[in-house]
Amino acid sequence: MWEYTQKVKEHFKNPKNVGEIENADAIGEAGALSCGDKLKLYLKIENNVITDAKFQTFGCGSAVAASSILTEMLIGKTIEEAKKITNKQIADELGGLPPEKMHCSVMGREALEDALKNYLQDDEDWTELEIEPQETNSQIICHCFGITKQEIIDSITKNGAKTFDDVSKLTSAGLACGRCRELIENLIKEYIKTDKKEVLNPVQKIIKINNIIENVIEPELKKDMGGIELVNVDGNNVYVRLKGHCSACQNAKLTLKNFVETKLKELVDDEIVVLEE
Amino acid sequence: MNVYLDNNATTKIDDIVFEEMTAFLKENYANPSSMYDPARVCANAIEKARQEVADFLGAEDKNTIIFTSCGSESANTAIKGILEKTDKKHIITTQVEHPCVLSVYESLEKKGYSATYLGVDENGELDIEKLLSKITPETALVSVMHANNETGAIYPVEEIAREVKKIDNNIKIFVDGVQAAGKLPINLKDTLIDFYSISGHKFHAPKGVGVLYVKKGNLFEPLIHGGHQEGSLRAGTQNTAYIVAMGAAARLAKANLDYELTHVKRLRDKLEKGILDNVKNARLNSKSQNRTPNTTNIGFEYIEGELILLYLNDLGIFASSGSACTSGSLDPSHVLRAQKTPFTSLHGSIRFSLSRYTTEAEIDYALEHIPSVIKKIVQISPFQKELKALGM
Repeated sequence: MWEYTQKVKEHFKNPKNVGEIENADAIGEAGALSCGDKLKLYLKIENNVITDAKFQTFGCGSAVAASSILTEMLIGKTIEEAKKITNKQIADELGGLPPEKMHCSVMGREALEDALKNYLQDDEDWTELEIEPQETNSQIICHCFGITKQEIIDSITKNGAKTFDDVSKLTSAGLACGRCRELIENLIKEYIKTDKKEVLNPVQKIIKINNIIENVIEPELKKDMGGIELVNVDGNNVYVRLKGHCSACQNAKLTLKNFVETKLKELVDDEIVVLEE
Repeated sequence: MNVYLDNNATTKIDDIVFEEMTAFLKENYANPSSMYDPARVCANAIEKARQEVADFLGAEDKNTIIFTSCGSESANTAIKGILEKTDKKHIITTQVEHPCVLSVYESLEKKGYSATYLGVDENGELDIEKLLSKITPETALVSVMHANNETGAIYPVEEIAREVKKIDNNIKIFVDGVQAAGKLPINLKDTLIDFYSISGHKFHAPKGVGVLYVKKGNLFEPLIHGGHQEGSLRAGTQNTAYIVAMGAAARLAKANLDYELTHVKRLRDKLEKGILDNVKNARLNSKSQNRTPNTTNIGFEYIEGELILLYLNDLGIFASSGSACTSGSLDPSHVLRAQKTPFTSLHGSIRFSLSRYTTEAEIDYALEHIPSVIKKIVQISPFQKELKALGM
């Protein structure tokens, strides 16, 4: 059972502005029968002002409520004002929507955009209007729930999310319209690979490389009567000295360099180059 | 008036069941495994319940009955327990199983098992020949539900068991009987079904108690290890009160089976016919007569299910929906999709499920209100042209 606010209930029980507008100046549509949600929005526009708005919705309680409140929000607004209405404002106006239902507000926003674009004969991408362009981690990835890039990265690096579903469970991102799926999957690829490679200062880096050589690499080499010693770390150049059997054999040296380098790249930094002292 | 038409979700506890179980929540609290007299009272009550369930299911004897905490536990125990005892890694099941079964197979697939999910036709019926053709030497388990929770479609599990065993007698048969218990006759001793699961709260026992029937001679690895309870097949101090409730509910379900098959069915048919006759955009999902007597699933075209439920709720009519919007998942019912229900009514499908407590007056009340609720919602739909064509 969903926790719907009183306002949501009012609007789906007695929706306002249901129906068609004959000779509407703008008509917008969003959703489809097959998806279980469809909204048709009709606008009457005079002198750049929306004088009437009506809707028809195929959808659940919150879809009807979002459509109904959207028509109320629109009447009396100028086109410029209407352009700026976000899905979050629609949800807020209803006193909030359950996380899984935020896509209903997105549908409202989409139908509005479609209607205004048809009216203005405008093909430009309006997504820029919704987001302040920013390249930082506070950039919003999931617009349905307002989940930032940082929150998604945290779910991957701190809570161990490994799949899109994991991220969804932890943050709600992608739970509604799912359009951010690709962005989230890219973040997973990026951060799962690097989650062990936190940014290290030079000293931390040397300690980490030394530990890996002692605990991971050396035990492997010992099986073949070989050995390795860390001599120096200079940026991403790791200088090592080979001992025992390994040091005598040119072929072994190559294999060894590859093995050590692969391990360190995997565990510390992609840029590492192993050099023999 | 409140009209509860969601008995496939859960049922009201029968008064007699409640009365019989409460003694074991109060005075008879001893651990049934203990050595003193009060414990003997509990142990005896459990064995009586075991016999009642065995009688209800037509089992060989009461030692085939294992008490669990729910239907999902019974299903998990059977499936995982069977597979742990064999090296074979292939399972045959259907696309319309309950999630408590389907998600077990999905999880096993990640661990190296392979599963064949059989489809159904538009009435929800299964092609047995096709099922048999999927058997391979690697097949360990065939798992088919007895009746579907959403549509009530009945699957010929006895015949399936017989035919599968003809091909390979080592293949185990697990039947999820949760939606059949109390609604269909079953005589497990006359079948070749190896494992059969039921859940108490679907037939007037409380939530939190289930049963797994295991035909003699079937080995399985217990899901819950621990003490020696339930013949060391299901550890954990026995829940005497709920087991007693399960026994009483089983006894009553057996006694009321005829009533379910006649009176409940008559009321279900009345509701179904009344809706289909009076609501022009209503279509029956699963037209088959081979359905549990208490269930009907009706799709209302061009409107959405959650909204129907919310409007019905305001009138005190309680039903449920295979609609995506009610469940928390965004996908509509996997059962209705498997039987290729058209998109026009897929999202507007409502399941009405009755019980022996449903009265004629309640059905009349529902029939009085459902057409006007649908009419009201239809007015909001953007598909006016299509609805008009249907006569709405």
